[in-house]
Amino acid sequence: MSADQIYISTDKPPAEPAALVDDFAPSLITQANHHLCPGCGEPIAIRAAVEAIEELALADRAIAVFGIGCYTAFAPNLDVEVVQALHGRAPSVATGIKRMLPDGFVMTVQGDGDMVNEGLQEVLHAAARGENITCLLLNNGVFGETGGQMTTTTTLGQRTKTSIEGRDPHQHGHPILLSDLIATLDGAAYVARCAVNNAGNVARTKRYITRAYESQMAGGGFSLVEILTMCPTGWFVDTLEGPDYLQDTLAPVHNIGELKTP
Amino acid sequence: MTVRGTVVIDVEACKGCDLCIDACPPRVLEMTVHEVNTKGYRYPRLLAGCTGCQACAQICPDFVFQVYKYDTPLELPTGEAARQ
Repeated sequence: MSADQIYISTDKPPAEPAALVDDFAPSLITQANHHLCPGCGEPIAIRAAVEAIEELALADRAIAVFGIGCYTAFAPNLDVEVVQALHGRAPSVATGIKRMLPDGFVMTVQGDGDMVNEGLQEVLHAAARGENITCLLLNNGVFGETGGQMTTTTTLGQRTKTSIEGRDPHQHGHPILLSDLIATLDGAAYVARCAVNNAGNVARTKRYITRAYESQMAGGGFSLVEILTMCPTGWFVDTLEGPDYLQDTLAPVHNIGELKTP
Repeated sequence: MTVRGTVVIDVEACKGCDLCIDACPPRVLEMTVHEVNTKGYRYPRLLAGCTGCQACAQICPDFVFQVYKYDTPLELPTGEAARQ
């Protein structure tokens, strides 16, 4: 702090006339306190996802299917109907819900360990069948919940607890770039990949999620938004280094952008 | 200095991850050094110059920020004038 700087009081709203432009948490997050680690990217992504639900006025007919991962602990904090699926099976559960409630809005929230390791065939078949659901993939390249082990989306050379010297293609194989894979399937209507490592990318994430929701409500078919999230605990980096680590490690391989649009 | 917005910071919800510090375009958020909340985490404090852009609120994983935009921008005294 330099000599001419003084702190502004931030313990209560300003006395001067001012408009509230961003409340603490969106109204669909009823319990803002959670037990996810400092610097975690998943609450940022979930905030964007529920803000998009709010803006499209889908809250009263939204059903979210959660997979297994750290984000599962966040499910009770949401004012959205949540169904808990078995590990990796969320797209199949969502398929059943959507077929029974075609006017409902059905989404899944899954991590890379859940969707790409454990339940790859579920998401591939749901996409190939063109099920009219939206899947959100929170991809951080590690099994965050169990302590930072390698997943199939871990990039080559990335150090994890189970690839200490970096991921070696001869020993561990190559990463699966799920969005690129899904984009080649005819049943997929909207596929995009984004990140939450800076404010610009968070805004872009929300834009892509909104387009995916709109695609579902228009009956377009399967939509997937892959969101690269920070996991400083699983990556064994400082929380402040998380966004740069994501940019240097995950983003060059899992390219950000819209891969398929209707 | 012209100030177009301000934030309310829920210090007790903060987990001290520093993401807001880098996200703030005018760079007016600063982490405490010695002060911590009851959970033991450092937390951000606001310097003059907030624009109410909401970048901190959007990047915060713990929903610590509430952002206000002033109807008319404020002129805050800086330097020696502010201390008097």
